[in-house]
Amino acid sequence: MHTPQTRAAMEALVTPYQVHRDLYTSPEIYRLEMKHLFANTWVYVGHESQTPNKGDYFTTQIGDQPVIQVRHSDGEIHVLYNRCPHKGTKIAIDRTGNTGKFFRCPYHAWSFKTDGCLLAIPLKKGYDGTGLDQTESGKGMTAVGAVKNYRGFIFARLAPEGIGFDEFFGDSLSSIDNMVDRSPEGRLEVVGAPLRYMHRCNWKMLVENQTDTCHPMVAHESSAGTAVRIWEEMDQPEGTPKPAAMQIIAPFMSPYEFFENMGIRTWPNGHGHTGVSTSIHADYSEIPGYYDQMVEAYGEERAQQILGENRHNTVYFPNIMIKGPIQQLRNFIPLGADKTLVESWIFRLVGAPDELLARTAMYNRMINAPTSIVGHDDLEMYERAQEGLHADGMQWVNVQRLYEEGEDLEQTAVLNGTTERQMRNQFHAWLKFMTATMPAGQEAAE
Amino acid sequence: MTFPTKDDLIDFLYDEARMLDEGYFDDWLALWTEDGHYWMPLDYKQADPIHETSLLYEDQFMLRLRVERLNGARTFSQKPKSRCHHVLNRPFVDEMDHDAGRFVTTTQMHYVETRLDEQFLLALTARHDLVLQDGKLKIAQKRVDILNCDAAFGNIQLLP
Ligand SMILES: [Fe+2]
Repeated sequence: MHTPQTRAAMEALVTPYQVHRDLYTSPEIYRLEMKHLFANTWVYVGHESQTPNKGDYFTTQIGDQPVIQVRHSDGEIHVLYNRCPHKGTKIAIDRTGNTGKFFRCPYHAWSFKTDGCLLAIPLKKGYDGTGLDQTESGKGMTAVGAVKNYRGFIFARLAPEGIGFDEFFGDSLSSIDNMVDRSPEGRLEVVGAPLRYMHRCNWKMLVENQTDTCHPMVAHESSAGTAVRIWEEMDQPEGTPKPAAMQIIAPFMSPYEFFENMGIRTWPNGHGHTGVSTSIHADYSEIPGYYDQMVEAYGEERAQQILGENRHNTVYFPNIMIKGPIQQLRNFIPLGADKTLVESWIFRLVGAPDELLARTAMYNRMINAPTSIVGHDDLEMYERAQEGLHADGMQWVNVQRLYEEGEDLEQTAVLNGTTERQMRNQFHAWLKFMTATMPAGQEAAE
Repeated sequence: MTFPTKDDLIDFLYDEARMLDEGYFDDWLALWTEDGHYWMPLDYKQADPIHETSLLYEDQFMLRLRVERLNGARTFSQKPKSRCHHVLNRPFVDEMDHDAGRFVTTTQMHYVETRLDEQFLLALTARHDLVLQDGKLKIAQKRVDILNCDAAFGNIQLLP
């Protein structure tokens, strides 16, 4: 089917409680997402600790756009499109490195300052009088539209004009704040390489799953349920310390009522989180010394406030999720309508005991790895859905749980933790930023 | 067995691979010491299994959970089941310390896993730390390095 690039055509695909399967399966919709949605929103690039020194760079992508995060000679972090303005060659292809004071294209040695400005071209007299300096190519590497470093997290908006950072994120930044505040020094550092897990499904399925509280006890019964059963069969005396898997994996088997009571908070522009009052991260064992460090850094009241938050998954629309209590970030990188790369990163709470980092790393491998017995069943569900959505007999995906007529997604709300409001919130934001730069158009073509 | 020979060590490694390929997981779990760990690093030449992300760093509880899950009635990612296949190069016996009852081997292998229409190949280097316990060889640690450990993978569901 051909989808006109108009607001009316997009509106026809999203109702208040169901969305058309084309959002997941259509290569055309995917291309429009890359062109509009990922250009008009603030998308996560990387963490500043990945580029601590001048000239350090990190290559990644925003939507399907190759970019470089680089620390310029003035200490600021810049985000540039990763292509030479000459012939298009990627300037850097390793995932991380240090380029010194300038980038040099390996093809014809055009060189650029680390803010992108053209520095030199060999045999430059060949361009005398050609008007190169009047062209885009003559200016150097192109920077993205806007960059913001929020407490070490680098976000970028590709579009030169559009919604501001503060307006886009609003109060949702409290989840990043809480994760950073858990460091006695108020600082995070990326540790090691990310897990890289390939999914043959649409990126939005993964984002929706982050606040899908009605799936763990079903899809993960095979891992969490088996863990509980083995532990019971071991019949250990009261007080025997539980194996790590019991702390990390078993809570996935919590009953529906637990997830209902956990609560969900949604913010405008597609952001939201599970775990308002408590969460599956609330019962982790205490790490000796950590609480005292926090009290010393923040005072007792503030320390208790910081550690009293147990937010489970916070979705930053469009495509990342963070887990404050265990210092993780998952980046759902779209590679096609039916292909998504999931990168799972971990952070050290600078100044905190190493045991916290050990738990963070353990959670990452147990839950987020391609070898994870929890991840296996999630991926199975996504990929089955990606295939199932081709069924023409039913073309809509339902997100109606706890829907109420006239719900206002432009307002922050706290609700029963099993609501699908956060998914509806994401589709509301999807429509908003997908169509922000589209002509209105006529009624959708059938 | 009081003094395992080089052949004993090598036979042990072949037997282990066969148990995994043929799904004799109870026998396989019995090969381990109580505090044995199966480590699969995420990073090339990774030194620390605990304070960085690994693909696997599993104690005996996790390994038992992993293999018991494979046969669960609601293990959806194993409907239908995966199959795997190890091809071993002749192992190197790197250390034989009979006094301490401690042995180290390095085995290069190709690992194939398949399910439905998909099949993938991993090139592996496995280091086994073996110990003699009650006259039997046991795995105290197994480290499996994947040649392309930094690549993006789909599900790896069985045990390389
Ligand atoms: Fe899940």
